[in-house]
Amino acid sequence: MQEITRDVLVNKASELMSAGTVDRVLGWMRGEFDYDITPAVFSTEEELKNNFVWNDFCGANFSKYLIRETQKSENKVLVFLKPCDTYSFNQLLTEHRFDREKVYAVGIPCNGMVDMTEIKKANEAIKAIEESGDSIVVKTLYDGDVTLDRADVLLERCKNCKSKKHVAYDELIGDDGEIIESARFDEVAKLEKMTADERYAFWQNELSRCIRCNACRDICPACTCEKCVFDNPNSGVENKAPADSFEEKMFHIIRAFHVAGRCTDCGECSRVCPQGIPLHLLNRKFISDINEFYGEYQAGSEVGNRAPIVNYTTEDLEPGEAVGRGGIDA
Amino acid sequence: MQMNEYKPLIVAFCCNWCSYAGADLAGNNRLSYPADVKIIRVPCSCRVNPMFILRAFQKGADGVIICGCHPGDCHYTSGNYYTRRRMALLFSMLEFLGIERERTRVEWVSAAEGAKFAETMNDFAETVAALGENKRLEDLRCKK
Repeated sequence: MQEITRDVLVNKASELMSAGTVDRVLGWMRGEFDYDITPAVFSTEEELKNNFVWNDFCGANFSKYLIRETQKSENKVLVFLKPCDTYSFNQLLTEHRFDREKVYAVGIPCNGMVDMTEIKKANEAIKAIEESGDSIVVKTLYDGDVTLDRADVLLERCKNCKSKKHVAYDELIGDDGEIIESARFDEVAKLEKMTADERYAFWQNELSRCIRCNACRDICPACTCEKCVFDNPNSGVENKAPADSFEEKMFHIIRAFHVAGRCTDCGECSRVCPQGIPLHLLNRKFISDINEFYGEYQAGSEVGNRAPIVNYTTEDLEPGEAVGRGGIDA
Repeated sequence: MQMNEYKPLIVAFCCNWCSYAGADLAGNNRLSYPADVKIIRVPCSCRVNPMFILRAFQKGADGVIICGCHPGDCHYTSGNYYTRRRMALLFSMLEFLGIERERTRVEWVSAAEGAKFAETMNDFAETVAALGENKRLEDLRCKK
């Protein structure tokens, strides 16, 4: 369950709307199911009262939506930002992707969001989901009520939450948290210790499930090009290969590379992947390499930071030295 | 000589100002290097997009080597420093996915180093030949 209630957010939004500070609100709305929460733009207090949702399934990061939304009108738009969203917000400002003056950012605390795929592993036939304290009650079709521990079904990015601190906001609801020393690179380190063949088999297994829906690219707050290299109809790789065993390695390497140094590790790519591919591991590999080679760097921690990949020193390590380090086999 | 002897296909991205001239010098000096090395001239080593490398692998290259001016000697002052960072990250990532690390290499070759160019290519071709065909990064959709 979240620390603050829906009503607090609705009241705050209504208040700002009636005061004329903002004329629309970027928030969450119920989709097809209880757990299917979609981003929405609210332009009246009536809509807010009826449709606004704030619960454990509000994982969507709104930073990227601001690019389009701020272009639509001269008036300000209200956006609710969870701590991890504020990093993407700063990163987009660094890249001059939207006008800060047109946004009123309200920072809200977050207790972690729940991963639907984890719940579905426990039971597939879900009627409704209720939140109560530290547990999630799943009302199922055939097995009655199933109670799950909330901590077990959190999104991967929330289990390894990197920060409860907001790095950008105009106004904050509740208290600000701290940056957390999380174990988010453990999985990467584990893979690095495997042999090349094991790693290849691991990724072959994961990436062969890719259906090339491009959801990871579309949701990514760092992927904001108007035209994307993967949309080129002459590339030969713009669609999924008609073979079951085929992995889209090039797509995934380049997708991660294009956001290297700009990825704030918000974890949206893995959240939206319909096939459950741990795409964040590719991004984290780049982040951990950057930290190791060029010094600790957190994208989006401040506006105006220069990313390590568009910077250099004369003493950098050679590409040949970047491979075959530490636990990695020959 | 065996007719179907396996010869690796190698793509070499050479910068216009140093390495391409180095290759030229190797030719002028009658130094031999494998004919399977296909040189692609680029204005600067930092022109090499990671996608070029993966595209080469997709289309059937067995090894990709990037040659540029020595760090500090870039015709555009700092291009090869960016190459160095990009390729360090890319190569590390390829290794992370279980691709043989010997298939990719970055070498700094100046216009005066014809001998080094030939030597590098001979060595690289030998290393790649020992690995055999590139199966892990090829893409059947892109192969003609």
